[in-house]
Amino acid sequence: MKEALINLSYLTASVMFIFCLKDLAHPRTAIRGNLIGALGMLLAIVVTLFDRNIVSYNIIIYGVILGTIAGYIIAMKIKMTGMPQLVAILNGFGGGASILVAGAAMVETGVTGDTLLLQTSIATAASGIIGAVTFWGSMVAFLKLQEMWIPGNPVLFRGQHLINLVLLLIAIGLGTWLVLDPSAHSAYWYLVILSSILGLLIVIPIGGADMPVVIALLNSYSGIAGATTGFVLNNNGLIIAGALVGASGIILSKIMCKAMNRSLTNVLFGGVGSVAAAGPGQGDIYAGKVKSASAEELAMILDDARQVMIVPGYGMAVAQAQHPVRDLTNLLESKGIKVNFAIHPVAGRMPGHMNILLAEAGIPYEKLKEMDESNSMMESTDVSIVLGANDVVNPIARTDPKSPIAGMPIIDVDKSRTVVIIKRSLASGFAGIPNPLFVADNSLMYFGDGKKAILDLIQAVKEG
Amino acid sequence: MEIFVIALTIFVLAVWIGFEVITKVPPILHTPLMSGSNAISGITIIGALISSGAKYTTLTTWLGFIAVVFATINVVGGFLVTHRMLKMFQKNR
Repeated sequence: MKEALINLSYLTASVMFIFCLKDLAHPRTAIRGNLIGALGMLLAIVVTLFDRNIVSYNIIIYGVILGTIAGYIIAMKIKMTGMPQLVAILNGFGGGASILVAGAAMVETGVTGDTLLLQTSIATAASGIIGAVTFWGSMVAFLKLQEMWIPGNPVLFRGQHLINLVLLLIAIGLGTWLVLDPSAHSAYWYLVILSSILGLLIVIPIGGADMPVVIALLNSYSGIAGATTGFVLNNNGLIIAGALVGASGIILSKIMCKAMNRSLTNVLFGGVGSVAAAGPGQGDIYAGKVKSASAEELAMILDDARQVMIVPGYGMAVAQAQHPVRDLTNLLESKGIKVNFAIHPVAGRMPGHMNILLAEAGIPYEKLKEMDESNSMMESTDVSIVLGANDVVNPIARTDPKSPIAGMPIIDVDKSRTVVIIKRSLASGFAGIPNPLFVADNSLMYFGDGKKAILDLIQAVKEG
Repeated sequence: MEIFVIALTIFVLAVWIGFEVITKVPPILHTPLMSGSNAISGITIIGALISSGAKYTTLTTWLGFIAVVFATINVVGGFLVTHRMLKMFQKNR
């Protein structure tokens, strides 16, 4: 009876998780959804504490207190610009917990004398492989985003894919050993070590701008690892919650890949951005054709505008320019100019990165337009301001089928009347290719650090 | 084997529901979606609690302990930071 009650509670918690995700469909209901999810988790945790196998609560209490303090500090201290790192590291912890729980369950069978069932040993091996790849892959992603120890750009070496394949095959071989001889516990730990190396090697070659895909994918893996651990423990709560998260990450990775017109395989194995653009030097392409403008000139152009579109990119996050951008928006709106934001799905380092930065600065979400909607507004836009974005506005994606970004959907800023590009220099974006937008007839370059450039512009608009 | 088939059925159906529900999440909420689903994947905590509390061996207790810490960070950190982000969206109305 007690067992049934516990399982019913897990079912209730699972349904609450589904409602949580369902409520995330709109900013109005999302807060409620998140609370429902948290309550579901609380329910699952509380009923688990009544499990008949638990004989002592000391260790549990220490673990929960330690985790709560760490989780609280991380969640409250993190800056919105650091959100990609936070999600990366949380993905990793999810994977890490799965390795440990599946491992502990395996060791327990050795003590209780139960033999591992076939499906249990398969699930254990899967938890070890996926969990370890998630944990170490996420740690590399975290370090790359934080720009600690590991360079953010792709690190490629010869025979990389072959080494990865061999590692994976050996890990699967060790898993098979565990399945054939469930008492061979050491096979599991060797498998975890090899998969850890695999996780490191998979993410190291991936560059910064591909991070949205990788983070989404690792998010999915952390869910799948949770689900496989659910198979180990034969716990439906874990299976359902893990499956939901796995599905979520897969959908996000697919959206990100589509927004770059690349396949998942290409992102994972392509190493785009590692080779410097061949051919003529970039200076030659732009030589003598670039028109630059001062803050005062731009203020005059903005004065005549009725509709302005701001296109933010990773550069806005780096320069921490979101607050000045809000001030500029308010200033222009007070003059009766309509201001909107065009958000490319892969702008920034994770899905939705630009949206949370702008929301933090206090920009109402109605102003944050998705790519398709903003493109339909471009023809009637007087001035578009590109702030720290490059590849996502590069018209070469439409014209040059040989370009690394060929076919990638872009924000069509070149169709607006005037394009202002705020940039520190003419350096190319992540894809390492020149951007013909910089020399287009209707383009004006406004050189400077994103934050200072916007502040100067605000000053000029006020004075003008 | 039968238990496995039931578990697999539940898994497949849950993936299906996940696809249906998550396709409706708009891009502006993709970051909260990721941190929120991070929190949900902290459900591994229920396995971790049992391992650390069952005291089979010192090894399982320690494995369980570290897993409890990891999963609690996921749960607490995930839900809290999601709440923080979502509040920003609501405030701006």
